[in-house]
Amino acid sequence: MNALRRNVLKSAAGASAVAVAVAAGLLKPTQALAAWNKSAFEAKNVGDALKGIGISGPSDSKDITIKAPDIAENGAVVPVEVSSSIAGITGIAILAEKNAQPLVGNFGLAGGATGFISTRIKMGQTSLIRAVVSAGGKSYTSAKEVKVTIGGCGG
Amino acid sequence: MAEPMRIRATMAGDVADVKVLMNHPMETGTRKDAKTGQLIPGHYITEVTATINGAAVLNADIGPAVSKNPFLGFKVKGAKAGDKVAVSWVDNKGDKNSTEATIG
Repeated sequence: MNALRRNVLKSAAGASAVAVAVAAGLLKPTQALAAWNKSAFEAKNVGDALKGIGISGPSDSKDITIKAPDIAENGAVVPVEVSSSIAGITGIAILAEKNAQPLVGNFGLAGGATGFISTRIKMGQTSLIRAVVSAGGKSYTSAKEVKVTIGGCGG
Repeated sequence: MAEPMRIRATMAGDVADVKVLMNHPMETGTRKDAKTGQLIPGHYITEVTATINGAAVLNADIGPAVSKNPFLGFKVKGAKAGDKVAVSWVDNKGDKNSTEATIG
């Protein structure tokens, strides 16, 4: 189905990780759900979603690269890669602007993690994918349009 | 629900390239069951954290708009081959999973 999954499955590291995961899963007690930013994820528009994660008025930046397909045949799995050369990045947020709930993820980076996040997201329809990078108390943004031929949110 | 997840961590220069594949349905809660017409309850990962040798490098809040069986890639500068990467997640029902790998 996809090449990466195959590769990960094949790798020896993958096999040993499975054993560790099983052991950890058995040993760890179930804990209460930690605080999750519900209001930001349930926000219905980009402005509210950004406000929910404490970002207002990010400035446009050319130092953010969003790698995503121009046309996504399957909106359920749209690979998105955000990278930025801005110094001192503390967070990257990814939003699909026209999703019913635009906020996809808010990734806090620390301890040597560079300005790079790669993931796969669902998109309901053709929309801008917006990345918002926080660095040194400021926020920067950039967007890229992805055309979706079959939506991936419900239906 | 404690399905295995997989990590692959490799060094590229002085940057560790970490890729994580989690097993999770990531139900949005807005999809209807085709047979009964009932909404399928949401079931998705809400938080993912990653550490290298015990020090936090990534703390992500994610929502149902992340694809099924989420993939996450990130890069860490200053990590070395042999360092331990640990990744864990929690979902909206309180299920959790974690796994560890060595950077190779």
